[in-house]
Amino acid sequence: MSTILVFAEQQDGVFKKAGFEVVSQARKLADESGADVVAVAIGSGIEDKAGVLGEYGADRILLADDDKLENYNPETYKNVFVVAARDTEAEILLFSATTTGKDLAPRVAAAMDSTMASDCIGIGLNDGKLNVDRPLYAGKVFAHIVIEGNPQIASLRPNVFEAVKSREGQNVSAEKISLLDLASKINVIEVRRSGGDKLDVSEAEIIVTGGRGVRGPEHFDIIEELAHSLDAAVGATRAAVDAGWRPHEDQVGQTGKVVSPNLYILCGASGAIQHWAGMSGSKCIVAINKDENAPIMKKADYSIIGDLFEVVPVITAEVKKFRE
Amino acid sequence: MKIAVCLKQVPDTEANIKIASDQRSIDESAIKFIVNPYDEYAIEEALKLKESQGAESVIAITLGPDRAKDALRTAVAMGVDDVVLLKTSANSSDALSAAKKLAAKIKETGAEMILLGKEAIDDGNMQIGPMLSELLNIPCITVVTKLEVDGNRVKAEREIEGGVEVLETTMPCIITCQKGLNEPRFPSIRGVMMAKKKQISEKAVELDDAKLVVSSLTYPQSRSEGKIVGEGAEAVPELIRLLREEAKVI
Repeated sequence: MSTILVFAEQQDGVFKKAGFEVVSQARKLADESGADVVAVAIGSGIEDKAGVLGEYGADRILLADDDKLENYNPETYKNVFVVAARDTEAEILLFSATTTGKDLAPRVAAAMDSTMASDCIGIGLNDGKLNVDRPLYAGKVFAHIVIEGNPQIASLRPNVFEAVKSREGQNVSAEKISLLDLASKINVIEVRRSGGDKLDVSEAEIIVTGGRGVRGPEHFDIIEELAHSLDAAVGATRAAVDAGWRPHEDQVGQTGKVVSPNLYILCGASGAIQHWAGMSGSKCIVAINKDENAPIMKKADYSIIGDLFEVVPVITAEVKKFRE
Repeated sequence: MKIAVCLKQVPDTEANIKIASDQRSIDESAIKFIVNPYDEYAIEEALKLKESQGAESVIAITLGPDRAKDALRTAVAMGVDDVVLLKTSANSSDALSAAKKLAAKIKETGAEMILLGKEAIDDGNMQIGPMLSELLNIPCITVVTKLEVDGNRVKAEREIEGGVEVLETTMPCIITCQKGLNEPRFPSIRGVMMAKKKQISEKAVELDDAKLVVSSLTYPQSRSEGKIVGEGAEAVPELIRLLREEAKVI
């Protein structure tokens, strides 16, 4: 029986949706090929919570639970995952392409002398080989790739694949990974969460982004209010970040984050090619711009020609109305 | 202390990417190439460290075709002391194969601090830094927005979703650089003159057969033609209706 091994990411003891998405996708691949899905859960005090991975389709759950694993440490997490990969002789290793997954997966790949495909948006099996689709140039083109390595390794972009509880109520008990090597040349001193429960653009289902047309950091409250009414994250274009109006972590585009939310609302930005590359995977795009000739106005699903300072507050008010 | 910077030459962010007739590569004929923007932060940080720590020298290494020499000349113009081109005949889709060649060269230089961009904006792999860590058996901290070096102790802040991690390690180590770490300097006129005359040492390298085989490249699915809902605030109720009833996204 072949094995698909999945890194099920958690943060602060809570398993992430991105991890459920990868377990669910592994389940689909396993159902086609007759493989087992084995989820690897690494953290501290997560034993009781790991069982949910069975509901998303894990046949087995391998657990590394230790105080020293509370926060992500590249070297200890890598050591643990490589032990799991060797023990299970897994032929396929899957990660989510989150900050943690993108840091961890290449280390595992190099440790196992195999290569990997990052940030995939499509995945399938053909003749026992992983076939993946992944963006190049931040999505200006897509590469269709056959992975020849052993093990075959890929990370999957968050928010693209569905998280499905295909085995609702299934109870899988976690098996502990023995002989943990917890030595690391890196010490995690501190983890600081930015202001309360700020939603990151890479994880949000709705994003409201402001560009140069917002005219200054003091006007971003208009964007923030709309975002708040929709439980959305606030994004920014490169122009807004380079002007110092917004932190870089909010930047969407080729030199920022590549996002694929359900709804992307772009206010006061032209939709330059480097920005478009970062957000064109959004399921629905709305643009608000004074300039009806801006490139975004032809590409957005819905656009309103108008001054964002007049239009955006009205959208906020309308959203609040029906959400009440 | 020696500092090494790994950099990559990539198409400009504003470049339109056209797929070549083989359907597996891109047509480079009309493309302007630049130093990968994240690698500019690595160059800047290396130069700052050289100044503050009295490092011996900064060497920039790139792996790529002959045209990549231009990227090395930009590095020299910014102030890098030495440059090396690991010359390949073809682009590789396979990061591990590239990382192995870079690792061998880094070892040869004896560099204790290795800096590179957090990712290259062409393939967006984000793999080279962490892979070098395994191949060289030295720690790597990725996506760094703040770096402090004191003797051989290194403290770095790393961007994560919705927050920051503060990590410590010791040199030798690898740091991958994120926007926000510094403001890359512009090349000086003197630097540009020096870069023109700079002897670029080059070494031909043969990459392993790629284990990621590109079967084809395609353009993104074209989105269906959008609609202008209307002008000004009056168009908002119709927009809300469309988002709720047609797109069903709110």
